[in-house]
Amino acid sequence: MKAHLTRRYLFSASHRLHNDDMSVDENQATYGKCNNPHGHGHNYMLEVTVSGQVDQSTGMICNLVDLDQCVEREVLSRYHLENLNTLQEFSKTVPTTENLCIEIFEILQRAFPYAHLDRVRLEETMMNSFEYAGGAEVPH
Amino acid sequence: MVYLTRKAEFAASHYYHNPDLTPEENQRIFGKCNNPNGHGHNYTLEVTVKGEVDPRSGFVVDLKQLKEVMNREVLDAMDHRFLNKEVPEFFTKIPTTENLAIAVWQRLASKLKSAHLHRVRVYETPDLFVDFYGEE
Repeated sequence: MKAHLTRRYLFSASHRLHNDDMSVDENQATYGKCNNPHGHGHNYMLEVTVSGQVDQSTGMICNLVDLDQCVEREVLSRYHLENLNTLQEFSKTVPTTENLCIEIFEILQRAFPYAHLDRVRLEETMMNSFEYAGGAEVPH
Repeated sequence: MVYLTRKAEFAASHYYHNPDLTPEENQRIFGKCNNPNGHGHNYTLEVTVKGEVDPRSGFVVDLKQLKEVMNREVLDAMDHRFLNKEVPEFFTKIPTTENLAIAVWQRLASKLKSAHLHRVRVYETPDLFVDFYGEE
């Protein structure tokens, strides 16, 4: 029997939305307050959804300890309390939450072998969230 | 394809009544919600749009623009209103949460330029919400 499991994680990071290819005015028009040169921070809420057959002997899709360790090692330790703009993956890509969501999906897809990664959902604030399913449609 | 969801809150009152039904039938179907003086809710609206990330801006959609459209098309019309009497869709339709989600979809779908509307979710209370994905 296939089931889907979602686990939540929290991390805090800062970023500045700025594209070197745009003029000062264009950056300001596109990103508004998020273009403030000193950056600003968020408490991000990350939801990771995996799916797979429920193992008959354990009753689990995968061991949550493995998932937690993977997310901690690959994502939280990389991004928590960091300035995203200083990281290699955002040296040429603007660290919007869209791009961060895609990056986290790709990291976990490479790093977590024990279940299928369905979706990554990232809340930037209580009012905004982003979802990425590897380019696939997010099911209803 | 990335999905972006923006939330907003509004407060409104409504009551449920179908003039084609007898008072007894209205009472039986709608119960306390049939009280003609209405009652209110704090609604939470979630609007989800989908699209490809613009390689230049890193955005699916300009959030500020989305917020402005939601404010103009939905919140300005519905916040602190009696839905049955002040919002035209509900002069003829019962303002259930189902019809509210459909009305919000219809108000937004044609106004969102760069992004494709994926889902409208309306919470009437934290325990009750309706999703509408357009005509399926």
